[in-house]
Amino acid sequence: MSAATPAPADGTFCFTPENEGTARAIIAKYPPRRQASAVLPLLDLAQRQNGGWLSQAALDYVAQYLQMPPIRVYEVATFYTMFNLKPVGRHHIQVCTNLPCWLRGSDAIVAACRKHLGIGPGETTADGAFTVSEVECAGACVNAPMVQIGDDYYEDLTADSMGSILETLKAGGTPKPGSQSGRHSCEPAGGVTSLTSTPAVQRFLEKKAEGNR
Amino acid sequence: MPKLTIDGREVEVAAGLTVLQACESIGIEIPRFCYHERLSIAGNCRMCLVTMAGSPKPVASCAMPAADNMVIQTNTPEVHKMRRSVMEFLLINHPLDCPICDQGGECDLQDQAMAYGFDRGRFIENKRAVKDKYLGPLIKTIMTRCIHCTRCIRFATEIAGVPELGATGRGEGTEIGTYIEKALTSELSGNLIDVCPVGALTSKPYAFCARPWELRKTETIDVMDAVGSNIRVDARGNEVLRVLPRLHEEINEEWISDKTRFACDGLRRQRLDQPYIRVDGKLKPATWPEALSAVASRLKGVPGARIGAIAGDLADCESMLLVKDLMTRLGSPNLDCRQDGAALPAEPRAAYLFNTTIAGIETADACLLIGTNPRIEAPLINARMRKRFRNGEFAVGLIGQAAELTYPFEHLGEDPRLIEEVASGRHPFAATLKAAQRPMLVLGMAALARADGSAILDAARRIAETTGMIRPGDGWNGFNVLHTAAARTGGLDLGFVPGEGGLDTAGMLAAAEAGALDVVYLLGADELDTSRLKRAFVIYQGHHGDAGAHAADVILPGAAYTEKDATYVNTEGRVQQAQLACHPPGEARADWKIVRVLADKLGHPLGLDTLADVRARLAAANPLFASLDCIEPAAWASFGTAGGIDAAPFGAAVENFYLTNPICRASVTMAECVDVLGDRQGRKTGTHG
Amino acid sequence: MLRDQDRVFTNLYGFDSPYLEAARARGDWDNTKDIIVRGRETLTKDVREAGLRGRGGAGFNTGMKWSFMPKEVSPGRPHYLVVNADEGEPGTCKDREIMRHEPHKLLEGCVLAGSAMGAQAAYIYVRGEFYREAEVLQRAIDEAYGAGLLGPNACGAGARFDVYVHRGAGAYICGEETALIESLEGKKGQPRLKPPFPANVGLYGCPTTVNNVETISVVPAILRRGSGWFLGLGRPRNTGTKLFNISGHVNQPCTVEEEMGVPLKELIERHAGGVRGGWNNLLAVIPGGSSVPLLPKAVCDSVHMDFDSLAAVKSGLGTAAVIVMDKSTDVVRAIARLSRFYKHESCGQCTPCREGTGWMWRVMERLADGRGSIEEIDVLEQVTRQVEGHTICALGDAAAWPIQGLIRHFRPEIERRIAERKASPNQRSAA
Repeated sequence: MSAATPAPADGTFCFTPENEGTARAIIAKYPPRRQASAVLPLLDLAQRQNGGWLSQAALDYVAQYLQMPPIRVYEVATFYTMFNLKPVGRHHIQVCTNLPCWLRGSDAIVAACRKHLGIGPGETTADGAFTVSEVECAGACVNAPMVQIGDDYYEDLTADSMGSILETLKAGGTPKPGSQSGRHSCEPAGGVTSLTSTPAVQRFLEKKAEGNR
Repeated sequence: MPKLTIDGREVEVAAGLTVLQACESIGIEIPRFCYHERLSIAGNCRMCLVTMAGSPKPVASCAMPAADNMVIQTNTPEVHKMRRSVMEFLLINHPLDCPICDQGGECDLQDQAMAYGFDRGRFIENKRAVKDKYLGPLIKTIMTRCIHCTRCIRFATEIAGVPELGATGRGEGTEIGTYIEKALTSELSGNLIDVCPVGALTSKPYAFCARPWELRKTETIDVMDAVGSNIRVDARGNEVLRVLPRLHEEINEEWISDKTRFACDGLRRQRLDQPYIRVDGKLKPATWPEALSAVASRLKGVPGARIGAIAGDLADCESMLLVKDLMTRLGSPNLDCRQDGAALPAEPRAAYLFNTTIAGIETADACLLIGTNPRIEAPLINARMRKRFRNGEFAVGLIGQAAELTYPFEHLGEDPRLIEEVASGRHPFAATLKAAQRPMLVLGMAALARADGSAILDAARRIAETTGMIRPGDGWNGFNVLHTAAARTGGLDLGFVPGEGGLDTAGMLAAAEAGALDVVYLLGADELDTSRLKRAFVIYQGHHGDAGAHAADVILPGAAYTEKDATYVNTEGRVQQAQLACHPPGEARADWKIVRVLADKLGHPLGLDTLADVRARLAAANPLFASLDCIEPAAWASFGTAGGIDAAPFGAAVENFYLTNPICRASVTMAECVDVLGDRQGRKTGTHG
Repeated sequence: MLRDQDRVFTNLYGFDSPYLEAARARGDWDNTKDIIVRGRETLTKDVREAGLRGRGGAGFNTGMKWSFMPKEVSPGRPHYLVVNADEGEPGTCKDREIMRHEPHKLLEGCVLAGSAMGAQAAYIYVRGEFYREAEVLQRAIDEAYGAGLLGPNACGAGARFDVYVHRGAGAYICGEETALIESLEGKKGQPRLKPPFPANVGLYGCPTTVNNVETISVVPAILRRGSGWFLGLGRPRNTGTKLFNISGHVNQPCTVEEEMGVPLKELIERHAGGVRGGWNNLLAVIPGGSSVPLLPKAVCDSVHMDFDSLAAVKSGLGTAAVIVMDKSTDVVRAIARLSRFYKHESCGQCTPCREGTGWMWRVMERLADGRGSIEEIDVLEQVTRQVEGHTICALGDAAAWPIQGLIRHFRPEIERRIAERKASPNQRSAA
């Protein structure tokens, strides 16, 4: 967002047949003549098709697709942070630096990105593989610090685990999303303090204990 | 009728009013920036906050509907503190550049800062700087001054109907603009300058020209189209520096078109500031006595039938009347004020008026446009159409060239014979009109200025009669002629049309070409094929060196609309008077005086020595001229001539919005508009695309 | 401590499958029809009497809010339920767990809440970053349609009910209910002026109620177990259970469902493994997400976690996101970070917030370094008062309150830095 001026002329844009179908299905969620409601999902769809950013052509295409005045689409595209109006790296590392993450060491995560990628927030590696961004609270605060890469969250990070995620990506691998400290989700790391009488929890804990043995 | 208490006073106000309007109704002024009574409510500036009993937070009075038992305070220390707070926030990032700001002296922010500003700032951070935006040749932007009231966005979207402005980004990074650099494609864009409460949007042509307190302000009317917009002309010395709208609810509300506002630089160029006489094929400067003598000697002995007069689009009623009187004295029946050849009769009056009236559009519920593009022929009438559309349930059909209007319409087709289809009830749109409570039609000059114009007029009359447009009983007349010339309605009201056996414009041109007409008097007539006048002796009376002057044998320099006290009748039939704002340049004179002196010289004194005499004569010629600024409903009668309608599509009544008369053709600003925006018919003529 | 059998979110941690079969085994969708057929009035009354207060932060009685919807559905103006899943208040991550681990509680809640307000469709507005959560939710929706729980004859109760997921695209302000509606209509997320309120003019101009994910998700339990059960938990006017997110300087950050009104200290010590370095190492706690003023340790020692108790100590329950800061925390910088957040998330529509959030952040940044004067603390305080209450929505308040809390409780720390900086101007002030 907040790029006040668009990137230079950038050719044309058109949904692939598959995305065309997706777009129609999205529009069908809203009542007749309310197709403008689909502007966020369609911009998201266009961004995914366009390699992670929205070109001028893509914005105009979506405007035309939804029969909206282009300026209304530009307003939307520049308002929401998830729309990139300039090209981004293949891996978009979005580091949360808001208070809960900062209290648990997000500075070290930013530093790890710098160390492993040689770039800071707002920068893209020369090979176009990585972009690092600083983002606001992503809503995984009890698993702080965290980063979002693509559609996945990586949680309970340390400088080391962040480093290995980046190295895995560099090597063309796919790091496992979720907690990097071995937690299942948002339960206390030392063991659950509630729901212990719940059958499903008991089953899970037993299975885990077996696994550890 | 809610009853509420404001500052201790109990008031009963009309239902639907806001608290701010309720306050205004008892004379309490609430400061505001974003609120504008003709735009939707944004409630974003927060300057209008007031306190309301029972509400933990202050309320934005512009957005709060007045309701029973409300207790509102607008004048407490608490409210004043809130206003000072908002003012401080508005000023922290506003540049302190009033000394170089064109809004200075007429700036809402400046005015309110006098009331609610601090004498020093507490904000010691760097101020925000915002990149200026390009909005075309008319509007200059200094976006750092913008206070984000969004009036401009709302005007463009709601009134002008061009959703091209928006606010991109968010938070303190919010910027107003078009995002993609482009000129606004509106004929009403200049109004953005007026709605902007600060110096963010100012007039580009007027930049750094003057301070408001240096200007002499004259309230007058516009002649750039037949709407008769009420304007204020601001002049310094003998120069018109700018034109602003003046409120007239029934005509232009508080808007004017870009041509009305920005063509005024054309008043300074190409002016005829002294008489000329053609000598050996070349126009040579002359004195008034020489020029008048030249006319007198040429007219000597010429029979009336071999003399003709054509009044142009900017001619005022006083001079048309005097020319008509003079022609009568000379024995000539050859008169015409319809230089485009529009097949309009001089009576009944209902045949050539916009009978519905401009304000009346708001009560119509269906409209058939015939051979007209109101957006460029009369942008304010188009704005009224859009206003009507925004209220919902307004069916519009168009026969003629497809146009880019600012409201949806059904394009019935280009074939003029469709008019007959509607008239006979065969076309489905006839049913739409019949089903409407208040149907109307608008007949444009493109439909009338052609050989079958009278047949089209006849068919249009029958549409009006058969679809329930003519209902004198309940005061509804849905038959409308949209004129493009400011002079036209007045000319028809004065009967400036051929007398018994006389020639019309086409007849005069043909006669002149054939050598059957010796002298042609062009009263500011420039929109005709002057090459056909080569064999005649042409007297051109007017203010600009345009087509008519180039064809002239004698030039009598007249006054432009800002330089004379003159009467015009708008397309509705509303009589209005222009006022002198500046004197005509050099030797140029008010037009009626020129005709009077010429008549004396020709030995036919008209006996009218003062403007009062002329005005009395006007009222005698047609009593309508006795009452200013009112609408006299015109009686219905038959008009038009039955006949076949040709299949050839209509042309455009206005080829290029920016170049319709000698004044705007002399305007550099209008030329720039053409360069950037084309002709507003969808055609681009310039290179800037 | 809350007994497990009183916990609503039995799969909070996702140890079990989120999907239909497992959800049914946990009791979801159990004879939902029987509840629906009790009728609009009864459902609304029961939820109102249970004392359920909105879990999104404002704490307004949910049943009361539903009762603002028109009694009859007029033609061409359908009623809408909109679920606010735009979770983004720093410190808050409870709705995420519901969507990815208990989606069927949310969906069943949608059907019941929808029935209670005469709605036949619900839009769940999920923050755009929760892509995986939206995936789980969508799969659960598809399952529910397949099982006839949603669709033309939802739960067999004879009426249509549709649920749609709508993903946002990154704007905290869309958590404000009218901004959310604007966004759902395809516009910038700029809050609307009120009145009119959404219950009269909401989504597409139709009557609309916006409820938080957690609020809607506890509705089935309330209606199934009875309002008496819910009333019996918590404290007066602050009934039921609540999801708490405990983040920051605790030994074991976690999300947990506890009784309303649980003592803050007990919450932290029992579930989050205590404050890093022990309770005495506690500096301050932000008890309800970034928007509420922080509490110094002395208050934390005894405060209860509910709406009224926290309001009484000039803070708030907000989203019940507990952000713990131990004595190593640079508390001025911590609040400055929040100021930056609010500056970043201001929609820019109204003057005090657009201009004020930037001003406050810049002053906070300087004060964190000790660059400034003592008088500026007062100016800053006044600026927060100038923003608070003067804006279209509550974001202005949310930006002002953390700073007010800081000045109220930590003014000496700010002054110390200024003095220190003055004494050695070239040194960065140490925390």
